[in-house]
Amino acid sequence: MTISRRGFLILGAVTATAFAMPPFISLKAYAANLEQPAMSKVTININGKPRALDVDTRTTLLDALREHLHLTGTKKGCDHGQCGACTLIADGRRINSCLTLAVMHEGSEITTIEGLGMPDKLHPMQAAFIKHDGYQCGYCTPGQICSAVAVIQEIRDGIPSHVSESLTDAPQLIAREFQERMSGNICRCGAYSNIIEAITEVAEVPA
Amino acid sequence: MRPFNYSRADSPAAAAAQAAQVEGARFIAGGTNLLDLMKLDIETPLHLIDVNHLGLDQIEATPEGGLRIGALVRNTDLAADARVRKDYALLSRALLAGASGQLRNMATTAGNLLQRTRCPYFYDTHQACNKRNPGSGCAAIGGVSRQLGIIGVSDACIATHPSDMAIAMRALDAQIETVRPDGTTRSIAMADFHQLPGNTPNIETSLTPGEFITSVTLPAPLGGTHVYHKVRDRSSYAFALVSVGLILQKDGSGRVAVGGIAPKPWRVEAAEALLPQGAKAVSARLLDGATPTHDNQFKLTLVERTLGSVLAQARDQA
Repeated sequence: MTISRRGFLILGAVTATAFAMPPFISLKAYAANLEQPAMSKVTININGKPRALDVDTRTTLLDALREHLHLTGTKKGCDHGQCGACTLIADGRRINSCLTLAVMHEGSEITTIEGLGMPDKLHPMQAAFIKHDGYQCGYCTPGQICSAVAVIQEIRDGIPSHVSESLTDAPQLIAREFQERMSGNICRCGAYSNIIEAITEVAEVPA
Repeated sequence: MRPFNYSRADSPAAAAAQAAQVEGARFIAGGTNLLDLMKLDIETPLHLIDVNHLGLDQIEATPEGGLRIGALVRNTDLAADARVRKDYALLSRALLAGASGQLRNMATTAGNLLQRTRCPYFYDTHQACNKRNPGSGCAAIGGVSRQLGIIGVSDACIATHPSDMAIAMRALDAQIETVRPDGTTRSIAMADFHQLPGNTPNIETSLTPGEFITSVTLPAPLGGTHVYHKVRDRSSYAFALVSVGLILQKDGSGRVAVGGIAPKPWRVEAAEALLPQGAKAVSARLLDGATPTHDNQFKLTLVERTLGSVLAQARDQA
């Protein structure tokens, strides 16, 4: 990651002299430096391709995908980590892309719904959602599918959940586990029962 | 969101030094709470120090037989660690009762302890809130307070601490290890970490400016039966109305910490001495001095009944 000139002027003063205290930077002077947005460069591997970006530091990973890279499969719902529409897979883990900054993801491996599969080559979870009518309006669907793919992996990796009866036995690929683990993905259309059927079908195929 | 500069720290000590030198600087780890609050103009840092690459993501055995949990260990990884599942089941259960799978993948051990209240008046910048804007008053007192605190609260603030993990950490008597801007380190007991609001609800922990959490240490395993029970409005992905963490030993002694009712994990050692007498006695001592509102007085009964249920569950499991 590289830093804009303005940012560098300030950071250079503090990072180079971690223990020799430089003159104190007043809040007023610092705020004046921030009248314009701070820009920062970052390179993120998205669906297997490195993508170099120069972004306002405030840009979330979600906005970087949608507004800068025009990968609009990842959806913005609540923008506060409550609905799960923005779920994607970062370095093998599902996360809410609205609650993380693009600049925090230098070198990260990001998989979005476009990376899982496209209409000519669907991921098995995408195909199962179509088969089982796991959506109506479709807005939450990319987040549901990214989450569901990660949920199956989490169970196979032995990560327990709130409804796992034993903490020491391997968790099971069962509906009760899927329901609990999918609670961070809200569906206003109420397609939940069909979503669970889709996940169950995919989970029945051995990895 | 207001503009801010962004940098990465090279070491925990450098992070602490930077935070002390740059006014308006904040650490960012998982970011799940901080970024949410920045979008709402409740947190307004001028500079974010990214602490995600400091190598603090390991869980190691201590010479005393306990575990040292790096500050950046994600909630998912802590809950799933084989040693935690076997010897500190209360901690795994508390973590798994909190947030969503996505959030647990991002949220960190130190960040979980430092998360802010979910009091609706703290979140609404149009309302008076002594925590967000000291001296402005408390709109929660006399407002809608069903979710809010019943004990340890003050005339200035009735917010609760929202963490499930912290309830287990308090019951387990965890220690919080820190480094300060001058490079010195110290250890803070969980009991002393979160502060009661008094007249300064904006001061939530005993951390000093720039002080950086490096790890949280668990003492050697306590044994016993561990139960965490969270009562909430939905069966998943909701904050606690009341939660009870219990470690019960074969001789009937034990530890109890309660969430959802106070500005910090609520544990009263004198109440634990009454465990052989049952939930009613323990609950009465634990909640001695409570000042519930009309909306949340049900929590007095709910604590007693949840503790009763948890005690029965622990005896079944033992």
